[in-house]
Amino acid sequence: MKFGVISFPGSCDDSDALAACSRVGEAVQLWHADHDLAGVDAIVVPGGFSYGDYLRAGAIARFAPIMTEVIEFAHEGGYVMGICNGFQVCCEAGLLPGALLTNISRRFVFRQVRVRVLGEPTAFTSGLTPGAELSIPVKHTTGRYFAPRATLARLHAAGQVVLSYAPGQNPNGSLDDIAGIVNEARNVFGLMPHPEHAVDELTGSTDGLSLFASLAAVAAA
Amino acid sequence: MSAVGSLPGVEQAIALGLTQDEYELVIESLGGRAPNEVELAMFSLLWSEHCSYKHSKKLLRTLPSSGGRLVLGPGENAGAVDVGGGLAVAFKVESHNHPSAVEPFQGAATGVGGILRDIFAVGAQPIAVLDSLRFGELDSERSRYLLEHAVAGIGHYGNSIGVPTVGGEVYFEGPYEHNCLINAMCVGLIETERLIRSAASGPGNLLVLFGASTGRDGIGGASVLASAELGEGDETKRPSVQIGDPFAEKKLMLCSLDLLERGLLVALQDLGAAGLTSAAAEMASKGGVGVDIDVARVPLREEGMEPFEIMVSESQERMLCVIEPDSLDAVLAVCEHWETAASVIGEVTASGLVRVLDGEQTVGEMPVAALVDDCPLYDLEPQAPTEAIYAAPRRVLDSSGEEDPGETLLALLRSPNIADRLPLFEQYDPVVQSRTVRRPGQSDAAVLALPARGEERPGIAIAIDGNGRRVAADPYRGTIEAVLECAANLACAGAEPLGLTNCLNFGNPEKPHIAWQLTESVRGLADACRAIGVPVVGGNVSLYNEGAEGPIYPTPVIGLVGELPDVRRAGALGFRAEGDRIALVGPFAPEIAGSELARLGGRELPTSLGELDIRRVLAAQGVVRDAVRSGSLASAHDIAEGGLAVALAECCLAGGLGAEVALDDTVKPLRALFGEGGGGFVVSGGEAALRALGGDGVAVRIVGSVSGARLTIWAGEARIELSLERMREAHGALRALFD
Repeated sequence: MKFGVISFPGSCDDSDALAACSRVGEAVQLWHADHDLAGVDAIVVPGGFSYGDYLRAGAIARFAPIMTEVIEFAHEGGYVMGICNGFQVCCEAGLLPGALLTNISRRFVFRQVRVRVLGEPTAFTSGLTPGAELSIPVKHTTGRYFAPRATLARLHAAGQVVLSYAPGQNPNGSLDDIAGIVNEARNVFGLMPHPEHAVDELTGSTDGLSLFASLAAVAAA
Repeated sequence: MSAVGSLPGVEQAIALGLTQDEYELVIESLGGRAPNEVELAMFSLLWSEHCSYKHSKKLLRTLPSSGGRLVLGPGENAGAVDVGGGLAVAFKVESHNHPSAVEPFQGAATGVGGILRDIFAVGAQPIAVLDSLRFGELDSERSRYLLEHAVAGIGHYGNSIGVPTVGGEVYFEGPYEHNCLINAMCVGLIETERLIRSAASGPGNLLVLFGASTGRDGIGGASVLASAELGEGDETKRPSVQIGDPFAEKKLMLCSLDLLERGLLVALQDLGAAGLTSAAAEMASKGGVGVDIDVARVPLREEGMEPFEIMVSESQERMLCVIEPDSLDAVLAVCEHWETAASVIGEVTASGLVRVLDGEQTVGEMPVAALVDDCPLYDLEPQAPTEAIYAAPRRVLDSSGEEDPGETLLALLRSPNIADRLPLFEQYDPVVQSRTVRRPGQSDAAVLALPARGEERPGIAIAIDGNGRRVAADPYRGTIEAVLECAANLACAGAEPLGLTNCLNFGNPEKPHIAWQLTESVRGLADACRAIGVPVVGGNVSLYNEGAEGPIYPTPVIGLVGELPDVRRAGALGFRAEGDRIALVGPFAPEIAGSELARLGGRELPTSLGELDIRRVLAAQGVVRDAVRSGSLASAHDIAEGGLAVALAECCLAGGLGAEVALDDTVKPLRALFGEGGGGFVVSGGEAALRALGGDGVAVRIVGSVSGARLTIWAGEARIELSLERMREAHGALRALFD
């Protein structure tokens, strides 16, 4: 099982994601300016502020050279996990529905939140029981999930809402407390919480590791 | 050399911040020739207080700056200490006060940017930021504005660049109303043998400027803003405040570290105050060489910039390096990979001169020594004040606090100087880079893991502190208290101090009473450093922090870095388990005078603080540190603002558990509950473990147990009984500012 973690200029959590993936498989860095996916089985689009995010979060990264291959990889069913800025990039790239808006508070928020695993299992949550709660930090200014009501209804009906903030835990005003979704084909997963920052008891929690482990198990099978 | 236009005169020199005597000295340094526009601009900046430390240098020489685990001392971009395993930790604290008073968001943001560059300029990877902030009281709209925007600015820069903000402190006091303080500290990690210095060497070597282009932003920041008192019309100084671009800095940082990793650099220096002028002169001075700089080769972001503007611009996110000519292609390739512009702008010479060229034309030529060494150093003329410098704080509490100690505790928990800082800290990312073992609010010090060494999991702890009000009451003892407070914070995490950095924020040193505060404070700092056995690795001085309303409280901000052998046993401040016993450890001799309670009561500052028995304080710190390291304690917290009752409440709130405590000091219950003074700890754990802390002159009093969901304290007739919920509500008072 080989993970590839993209580094854009301005990515912040790429090293953390590489380290998290390395706990459950092999992990390599993918450089934004390349057109080479290095034969990976799954791609992580990490957190940070790609290209400074001065235009709109993820709006420039979506045009990065490597995104051509990432989009193609996703369309062919390859597993892509977009974390925070990566979620924003996936929405901008049209790999996931909806958009991330500025937090209701209009401020950056760091918080250890509880999120619930919902719905039908996906490759990313295969090792978890629906209803399970995970303690994972969020840290973002632009994390308020938004989609038109009709889209939301479709997402709920199809079991595409995979993670939601536990009651009272929504840090940003996301509609329906949505913290993470998958695409219709269930191979692209975007989430605002940072599971790569919840892989070691020493630094807070190990609850995020199960998401990487689930993916490693499914992708290797 | 050719004259460019008519020469500026003494009036321009004075307008740029030099004195008449200094202007005459400049002429003398130039061999009797009056400086032209470029030269005068450069002299005025390098001879400014901000760059030359002309009022503080003699004092700073009295600080211990060697020994212990020091591997890089004062004079470099940052100092560093050895942390074992072939690694060193570089760190420094620096102010960005006046820019932040004028434009808080960019002022604070670029303060973080500047201190980050100091750290990667010595080759270290920045791994943590902490900040120390001072504002006026929060009922002032201006203070709330400054707080909100400064916090947002710090977050904007640190969060975007991917360096965690792991700690900090903030106080709100009247004397900072018109002159807020924004101090930022950065800590970096490096293999010791890779540390790089800033001394230029090797005539014929090239000077390469890389990073952002150069514009008119921040022109004269060091002299106009940083070296004069604030006053009316400061808004018009906004063009002197630099604009930060964390994305550019992130690329610059990765590029610099990559260049170092590949061994391509001879020397490296960041561009901060006084821009190219300072960077070039400092590099040449340290290397005993000269430099030629051609301003025509500096990439500009604005048209028509004059040579002097290019030389003094404080545009952010730029570095200057010295390389061997053969390395140029490789250097440019690395810069291109990181999408960072780079240009050769000059070379190292054997002339001992800083020569400024504009293409073919020489537009400035000054001996390096004149720029860097000839600046006159001034002796301070300290004189203890004969009357109070500061007005009594505004009274907030109606009662003396005695009638209802429970309400008094709530008032203290609600006080902006004590209330939970989480609403501020939530705006910073404390976990990026995956090293943070103790986040803000979890322990008295931030704890970061270092790379594992086999089974060993070593780490460092960092604390930053400086209670200006207590230093105002007693500059000597107040400063000692601040150092010991940081050391106590480290002890609670299980760490032993390795090195200290400081930022001395004071008023106008030309005034005798300010000179006295500064002198006494530095004397205290030196004594405290010797007592805890650590060197000062470097720091910063920020003077002229005053306006028509008077000076700020004298505020030495202390940053202390220590090591702990095993981060798995890093201490925590919150109570952990019902039934654990609670002990008061150390030579704690609290007084109400100078306390937060006295402030809320509007009482004048005392004229001195109680004496501290440093030896006994350090003994107590030692037993707490050892016990935390051995894992025998469930929690450890030092007693600071608000006294014992507040410390107990904080342990309860952090652990989500109540406590029952009985104090035997029944004569003066108010003093026992809320009095302040260094040396005391609240610890919890099993009874045997707590009793084992005693001996060796360390006092240990078991005062109660962890239990339930209420805090109950008896002190003679006085009784406090409060639910966690009520305390949490009071402690969350700052939340309302950010809703």
